[in-house]
Amino acid sequence: MTTQLSGPVTRARPAPEEEPAAKNGWIRIPLLAVTVAIAIWAAFPLIDNRAWTGLAILTATTAGLVYLYTTPRHVPLKYLAPGTILLVLFQIFPVLYTASTAFTNFGDGHRGTKQDAVVAIQTASVTQVPGSRQYALTVATTGDPATGPLVFLITDPATGQVSAGDASGRKDVTSEVTIGGTGRVTAADNYTVLNAGQASLRSQEITALAVPTEGGAIRSSGLSRAYEGRAGRAYDRNCDCIRDTTTGKTWTADESAGAFVSSDGERLAQGWKVSVGLSNFTRVLTDSAISTPFLRTLVWNFAFALASTGGTFVLGLLLAMAMHSDRVRGRTFYRVLLVLPYAMPSFAMLLVWRDMFNTDFGLINNLFGSHVDWFGGSASARLAVILVQLWLGYPYMFLVATGALQAIPRELSEASRIDGASPWAGFRRITLPLLMVALTPLLISSFAFNFNNFNAIYLTTEGAPFPADNPANGATDLLITYTYRIAFGGGGAQYGYAAAISIFIFLIVAVVSAVSFRRTRRLEEVHA
Amino acid sequence: MRIRLASVVGVATTTAALTCALAGCGGGTDKATDSPSGKAQAETKSELVIWADDKRSAALQPFAEKFGTENGVTVKVQAISKDQQTTFVTASQQGSGPDVMVGAHDWIGNLVQNGAIDPVQLGDEQKSGLNPNALKAVTFNGQTYGVPYAMENLALIRNTDLAPQAPATIEDLVKTANELKAAKKVTETLCLQVGQNGDAYHLYPLYSSAGGYLFGTSANGDYDPKDLGVGKPESVAAFKKIAAIGEKGTGALKRSITPENSIATFTGKKCAFLVSGPWAITDVKKAKLPYDISPVPGFAGGQPARPFLGVQSFYVASKGKNKALAQEFVTNYVTTPDLAVALYEAEPRPPALTSAFDQVKTKDADLEKFVAAGKDGQPLPAIPEMAAIWDPFGKAEAAVIGGADPTKTITAAGKTITAAISK
Repeated sequence: MTTQLSGPVTRARPAPEEEPAAKNGWIRIPLLAVTVAIAIWAAFPLIDNRAWTGLAILTATTAGLVYLYTTPRHVPLKYLAPGTILLVLFQIFPVLYTASTAFTNFGDGHRGTKQDAVVAIQTASVTQVPGSRQYALTVATTGDPATGPLVFLITDPATGQVSAGDASGRKDVTSEVTIGGTGRVTAADNYTVLNAGQASLRSQEITALAVPTEGGAIRSSGLSRAYEGRAGRAYDRNCDCIRDTTTGKTWTADESAGAFVSSDGERLAQGWKVSVGLSNFTRVLTDSAISTPFLRTLVWNFAFALASTGGTFVLGLLLAMAMHSDRVRGRTFYRVLLVLPYAMPSFAMLLVWRDMFNTDFGLINNLFGSHVDWFGGSASARLAVILVQLWLGYPYMFLVATGALQAIPRELSEASRIDGASPWAGFRRITLPLLMVALTPLLISSFAFNFNNFNAIYLTTEGAPFPADNPANGATDLLITYTYRIAFGGGGAQYGYAAAISIFIFLIVAVVSAVSFRRTRRLEEVHA
Repeated sequence: MRIRLASVVGVATTTAALTCALAGCGGGTDKATDSPSGKAQAETKSELVIWADDKRSAALQPFAEKFGTENGVTVKVQAISKDQQTTFVTASQQGSGPDVMVGAHDWIGNLVQNGAIDPVQLGDEQKSGLNPNALKAVTFNGQTYGVPYAMENLALIRNTDLAPQAPATIEDLVKTANELKAAKKVTETLCLQVGQNGDAYHLYPLYSSAGGYLFGTSANGDYDPKDLGVGKPESVAAFKKIAAIGEKGTGALKRSITPENSIATFTGKKCAFLVSGPWAITDVKKAKLPYDISPVPGFAGGQPARPFLGVQSFYVASKGKNKALAQEFVTNYVTTPDLAVALYEAEPRPPALTSAFDQVKTKDADLEKFVAAGKDGQPLPAIPEMAAIWDPFGKAEAAVIGGADPTKTITAAGKTITAAISK
């Protein structure tokens, strides 16, 4: 009996896997086709940039996906794969990239490679030879317009003499030439004149071509003019330095700083990206501009996040409970009204609120006839930003609390009322604990969001008020606005430094969240 | 207005830059996605890509098409609505940037240190056709880095109904305004935007008149980042004069006048005097006020008030794919008056090209008045170190106007700026 029964059972097992797969072919195959199409589209720039590692990863992932969704095996993986790929793309990759940036000096003046910096320095140093003139230029070739060797046909505006120049030098043209109204050669024997369209196809060659002269070299300035220029600075491979061709001063490459530095400490502006090890991290820890007001900012940061989260939660919950009562008529209407602030773009609302707090022209002072310098004093500015957050944030809490309240069976509170509990006791001992199970994770994420709520500060007070003796750290500054100012405010964009700071902030938020989640779990154990 | 990026436009800047910093710009896969198509086209017809802000790209479009047809190339004008400088630098670095960039001259220092733009070689006759101040503004380390097409500077715009006479000094201005206030005709003395965190650009004429300076100049006329004027005794003296017209003084300068409300307050006839630039004129005209434009007055017995000169310019991108054509466009095409006039019509700023300026000044009397107001002006420093000035200087300004001790405040600002520069 058992053998007879087991036969069909084992044979039937692969069937339910294959069947839905076959049934879903009409959705599965187009999806796979789209995936492959995206992969092909993404492959071109990778090939273009010779990013072979990236290409290999792309190919392997795509091949893996195609295999996974065409084979009937690996069912659990079919469910896990999309989520995992998105996790890697949007979570792990940015985190790793931020972390790797934190170990470099990436930022303004240190964006590219050393080769880029050398090219930039040399190009920037080319100046017109003093006393030389500009020439009328015609780009020509002795061969095919698309591939033939390029020649500059140069007309001297003073003498009208036409000469032909290429990388080997310049010689006078003796054969028949036709000169147009602007002094440019329009036709010449033995040469094919390139029109602008043809010439611009060979743009890079034209920019690179320098016709050597005694004083320097004749280069193109566009397609119709040429000038005699001289590079004031040149890279010398032997000393790995930049040398000034007139004064002889040298700037030696400093690989630890990613810049060319002279013996007297002068640094050329064009640098390159290098790894700087832990120096961004030590700078965060040792910078007195960060360490001195750090504690004060951190305390306010916690207070702001707690007040924003707690305040909106209390307000949202109260309103949700009021709307939960059967005695309120027109509940839907009120609910729509209450979530309105949530429907407005917070960017615009923050700017509107900022103007409402204006001392002389703001709505708030005008309405109450007061003359409070809201953003001028520490306490009033802090109160103002929290009020704004309260207004912006309570609809969210109202929505989630409404949902959670509706999920709690009414029999529970009715039962407690019959047992003689006061409404307050019923709320505190039954409704609230049940609500907290659902809402605590949301409160934690809201806290983490408000902890780094950059817009809330940057679009309202911008950190103001600032003490007279420290324009870098204001009373309403959060860690994120404060460090943003340090990383991007003064010395241009310093991505490496900013990345190091964001890692520190991440650590703080991660610790707070981890501790809170542990406590939530205990809560769940109690009420599960 | 353009200078206080931090306020309005900066919103997106901020988020973009932060996202960049936190999420990582230039991820491997999303890089230069449209380059293959660009290359495919290049096989047949070469392409010139120009980036400009919204207003100017619309004005540039017909000229770009004309240039394209004349030269047998495709010209694409792309509008970059926000945060043009950072977008340009980042895109250039990734190889997806334009061939020609249109932007303000004070970007030059940063663009050069990032190797994003190439010098342009202008002929003598081209140079002589440009306003000398505009040409000076685009000169950096002895090199010309762009071709200027428009200029801008602050001036005093006044409501001639309320104040028929242009004040010669700030003291005159305050006196006139106080009479108007006593007659209940206005409520504010002067609409000069300060805001909660100050505005160095708009304060500079008064600061310079009171004897302060930002950077000294080296022998060749360039700004010298080693000679910082903020925190020096001259700057302290200047801020004492500014404090005297601040909230605890005559009340001419106050923090409640912000970039958002200063022009509106003027057009709403709540103040008779507005310190602003050509960008304010459109609003003033819309309000149908009788107005006149005169130089920003200085302090009595002080130096002349020097507004900053800003210049809008065309740049050749170093990492462009079609540099020869870009050079041709910027040096030989932008220097023609037709284009400059069209750009003037897109936004009324005085053209930098003398011939274009002469062409439009007959129909727009304001232009010459703005140029006259900028006669004593100084080019806005383009050195990268200037980035360290804006924020601390503005905050010190706001603190002093709010009544803080000038000596303590400015010394601290000087220290903060020095620390930021030396990093």
